[in-house]
Amino acid sequence: MLTISNITKSFNLGSVNEKLALDGVTLHLKAGDFVTVIGSNGAGKSSLMNVISGVLTLDQGSIIINNDDVTFLPEHRRAKEIGRVFQDPMMGTASNMTIEENLVLALKRGQKRFFKKAITNKEREIFREKLKFLELGLENNLQQKAGLLSGGQRQALTLIMASLMNPKLMLLDEHTASLDPKTGNKVMEVTEEIIRSNKLTTLMITHDLQQALCVGNRTIMMHEGKIVADLKGEERKKATVATLLGLFEKNSGRGLLSDRMLLM
Amino acid sequence: MEILFLETLQQGLIYSIVVLGIYLSFRILDYADLSVDGTLPLGAAVAASMIIAGYNPWLATLTATGAGAIAGLFTGYLHTKFNINPLLTGILTMTGLYSVNLQIMGRANLPLLGQQVIFSPPIGMDERVFTITLLLLLVAFIIFLLHRFLDTEIGLALRATGNNQKMITCLGVNTDTMKLLGLSISNAMVSLSGALISQYQGFADVGIGIGTIIGGLASLIIGEVLFSNGKILRDLIAVALGSIIFRLIIALVLRMGLPPTFLKLMTAIIVIVALAAPNFREKVLAKRRYRAYANN
Repeated sequence: MLTISNITKSFNLGSVNEKLALDGVTLHLKAGDFVTVIGSNGAGKSSLMNVISGVLTLDQGSIIINNDDVTFLPEHRRAKEIGRVFQDPMMGTASNMTIEENLVLALKRGQKRFFKKAITNKEREIFREKLKFLELGLENNLQQKAGLLSGGQRQALTLIMASLMNPKLMLLDEHTASLDPKTGNKVMEVTEEIIRSNKLTTLMITHDLQQALCVGNRTIMMHEGKIVADLKGEERKKATVATLLGLFEKNSGRGLLSDRMLLM
Repeated sequence: MEILFLETLQQGLIYSIVVLGIYLSFRILDYADLSVDGTLPLGAAVAASMIIAGYNPWLATLTATGAGAIAGLFTGYLHTKFNINPLLTGILTMTGLYSVNLQIMGRANLPLLGQQVIFSPPIGMDERVFTITLLLLLVAFIIFLLHRFLDTEIGLALRATGNNQKMITCLGVNTDTMKLLGLSISNAMVSLSGALISQYQGFADVGIGIGTIIGGLASLIIGEVLFSNGKILRDLIAVALGSIIFRLIIALVLRMGLPPTFLKLMTAIIVIVALAAPNFREKVLAKRRYRAYANN
């Protein structure tokens, strides 16, 4: 499904601030895999997401999604295959536009757009159906501006928008991290439900070690631009948060994954 | 007085096309495009030169509109291909166009005396009635088209480009294309207005573009403050009305005896006040809230 071969990405190449963000990463995802990604700050998790989605260009290596080599495709041309949700709830929706306008933009994801009236009752019917599933009452407020929604509601709407056209790959970059715990849990439930029912292949960054183990079917740990641990199957089932901490210590020689994890 | 009002209304309608163009670049696309100071006289220059050369005034007006679209594309290319700051791209186009406009006209002022223009009424019709009817129809038609356009798939992608570029890129839209499209439509409208102005006042002048952006912004803000409710159609009508009100204010101030040389200064002050007022109001309110709290 997704094949990443030996990719390298550096920032500020040739200057004193040179930093190797991805150092020969190789990763293969089978269709339907739901992989959680953990690692300390600066481990290369977000860079990995950004090279897959085309925000950053690679120095070396290749990325293949469903037999299509996308290594040199610009971001907007990969969009058809990739649904994304970011940490910042403001990022995923257009705040000055209504819920239905946001949804119809997502309905045309990666397709050619025309000088044709975008929203008719046919589209509204689809949107109501999809939004009902969130149980947030958004289906009755299609004409409300997205900017008036709460962070959790916006994140839920972004999830619907990202999954609306059944992308081949879903990239979630700590999408519950900026929400309060209760809302975060609700958004996570919705996420799992959407991924399960649409059988989406998913890569999800998280800082919550418990979540990293109980969500999805595989966990990878990154450190200094490399994948240092890859847990799946029986090994993952037996793993606990303590296992992850131990693995990290072994690979980095340091105690804790990050300051933020001290809080958890 | 009645005639003064009618003339102001006509001017307001002609300039409302400029304001609608600025609404498209400033508000919809979130692109502070200053090229309009150059594309307004460009439209006037192209239309006037063609009319003098004997072309049909409608064809001249249409060509002027097309010239504006090309100038808008140029501004857009400077930003999207070479990554030049939006403000600077507009200034570059505006400055370059000054020479282009002079070259098109051959001199700084081109009179259209005795020429057939689009405002020349059919035989037996009153000129004033004809002009105002034509302008009302034209502006209504442009608002109708813009409203329809902004509700299409491409129109929505354009609005999203101005609102959240990251998000719309994620959804597979090339934001560069959208910016080029928006800027070319915006400047086409401004040039159309320039073509109308030259025919309305009977001459094209290379200096008519000075302050277009500031006058347009003043009109835009007046219209939004008075009539806007956040819906696109209402916004379009609001900014068009803003243009008429702005021209009325100017006519009144001139009538009260302000020398015309002060016009640009007055316009600048209107925009400064309009931009500063919300900020200032918030500070005063915050201070008042704090005092009320401290006194209890």
